[in-house]
Amino acid sequence: MNLKPETLKSIDEVITHYPSKRSATLPLLHLIQEDVGFIPEEAIPWIAAKLEIQPINVYEVVTFYPMFRRQPIGRRHIKVCRTLSCALMGGYKTCAAFEREFNTHRGEVSADGEVTIDFVECLASCGTAPVVLIDDDLHEKVDLAKAKQLSDQIKKEAASRR
Amino acid sequence: MPSERRIIFQHIDEPGYTNDLACYQRHGGYEILKKAVLRKPEELIDEVKKSGLRGRGGAGFPCGVKWGLVDRKSGKPIYLIVNADESEPGTFKDRYIMHQDPHQLIEGTMISCFANNVKQAYIYIRGEMPHGARILEKAIAEARAANFVGKNILGTSYSCDIFVHRGAGAYICGEETGLIESLEGKRANPRIKPPYFPAVLGLYQCPTIVNNVETLCHVKYIAEHGGEAYARIGTPGNTGTRIFCVSGHVQRPGYYEFEAGKITMGQLLNEVCGGPLPGRKFKAVIPGGSSAKIMRFGERYKGKRKVGAEMVDYDWGVEDVPMDFDSLAMIGTMGGSGGVIVMDDTVNMVEALANINAFYSHESCGQCTPCREGALWMKKITTRMVHGAARTEDAALLKSVADQIPGRTICAFGEACSWPTQSFIAKFGDEFKNYAETKKTAKPAETALI
Ligand SMILES: Cc1cc2nc3c(=O)[nH]c(=O)nc-3n(C[C@H](O)[C@H](O)[C@H](O)COP(=O)(O)O)c2cc1C
Ligand code: SF4
Ligand code: FES
Repeated sequence: MNLKPETLKSIDEVITHYPSKRSATLPLLHLIQEDVGFIPEEAIPWIAAKLEIQPINVYEVVTFYPMFRRQPIGRRHIKVCRTLSCALMGGYKTCAAFEREFNTHRGEVSADGEVTIDFVECLASCGTAPVVLIDDDLHEKVDLAKAKQLSDQIKKEAASRR
Repeated sequence: MPSERRIIFQHIDEPGYTNDLACYQRHGGYEILKKAVLRKPEELIDEVKKSGLRGRGGAGFPCGVKWGLVDRKSGKPIYLIVNADESEPGTFKDRYIMHQDPHQLIEGTMISCFANNVKQAYIYIRGEMPHGARILEKAIAEARAANFVGKNILGTSYSCDIFVHRGAGAYICGEETGLIESLEGKRANPRIKPPYFPAVLGLYQCPTIVNNVETLCHVKYIAEHGGEAYARIGTPGNTGTRIFCVSGHVQRPGYYEFEAGKITMGQLLNEVCGGPLPGRKFKAVIPGGSSAKIMRFGERYKGKRKVGAEMVDYDWGVEDVPMDFDSLAMIGTMGGSGGVIVMDDTVNMVEALANINAFYSHESCGQCTPCREGALWMKKITTRMVHGAARTEDAALLKSVADQIPGRTICAFGEACSWPTQSFIAKFGDEFKNYAETKKTAKPAETALI
């Protein structure tokens, strides 16, 4: 495992938060995903050794929790809320708008590698529906105009990198 | 019309109010903890018992009773877990407390820990709130540096730390025993009760208190004003304030804090939230998070209820129902987490149920066959009705699947996932039976729900 020194430092620190090392499974997975972008195969035995548990104990956790991904995704992760309050206010249309803007489908990485769009379940911001989480940031009342504006911003950033 | 009474959301969205320690202390922050640690812990538990505070996570279980069940003789450490998983669809109150007023939660947590002789607390926050987790971590670090958290708090012999633990996108982590499994580093498969009551065999098989974010903020208020004063807010049996999270088809969705039971559904939706969208009419409302049974505008609820010492008749429409745990339970639904989801006459109930069923099918942990398979089939049937062929007999089929789940599962998710289908079919059965015909004639819905 090739992890950044600050990730390794955080890993050692977070293990001390619990009387049982195994409790650090989720925190370690989060730290590794933040560092690498996804959970690579070799992370599973690595975490198991670190926490003195079996690889299967880590594997069953990775496969249970929707936020952990086992392959790379686009540079930006666009998560559109699918659940009732957002759907009532047009969440499905918002999602379709992002798909059109980036010419991709939910669950796929766009051809240029810039984005992955996913539906997620209720993000606990139903009063400002429809909502979208882009990486760590919540965007509220994302109607078609706002979806376009957010997409343009992402495209502009992508262009400036090239 | 009663006016809002903000005790928990006092500073939410207040201009100039920031989430750092200095701002919190300028507003009197941690003064209540300073007084609390000089009292006897049992006194604080008594105040909470007297207050009648009921848990705000969904079940409305009396907080003082919960604390009273904690096994204090086992010799094992007692843990407190703050349930900050907030994932019941329609619920969005804990988010604002954690992002905008994190020290209120930390002070409430520390008072609760001191009252229960807890030496280690964890805040289990849902994975989709990374900023929330960072804000809490920073706030805890500030509180630790000021000696409100950590070793020898405020110069006393009492020590207690708090750590933040992030979930990773699974709704079932909100269920307290699933949460405990998750905090132990496992899949969030809920545990069977008995024997695994958290108060006795919780985290690491030690006595554990699990309370919702908002509940612990109420504890802070109770420690300040006393249990009796708190019990005078709201109505008997439903004390304190409730935060209603209104979403869906109203003019002014959002959060509103009122004394429990002092406002009716009609006042909340028509006066506070400005009524239906222009040209529309209310059709249905889910009063306490998506698991709560739906209410249909136009239906009547009749029976006898206790007012003081007397039994009186009631005959209510949806608009007349007081917004408190007991009244909503009396008419066959629940106050739950306070998430009020409103649907107007543009919504087809088959499509709305298909949306809800997709949620539950995705979120079942999969341990119990009735839940895993039932939730999946309810989703498959309602999705097929919308996107494929709908049949008249689907209504009965859906009901039969739903009826086979509750009471046969390890956790209350079994009830949570079957109540929507049961109540939608009971109240909008004709809409389900006629859906095939509707699809032939009606133009497709403008807003897809599935
Ligand atoms: C399926 C399911 C999901 C739940 N989700 C949450 C949640 O997201 N947040 C929460 O505070 N309680 C949730 N609960 C309730 C908890 O199990 C528990 O009752 C609550 O945290 C206790 O706190 P309280 O007494 O302060 O309400 C859920 C319960 C079930 C059955
Ligand atoms: S009822 Fe459903 S969510 Fe609860 S333990 Fe059983 S399968 Fe899991
Ligand atoms: S339904 Fe989208 S945030 Fe709750």
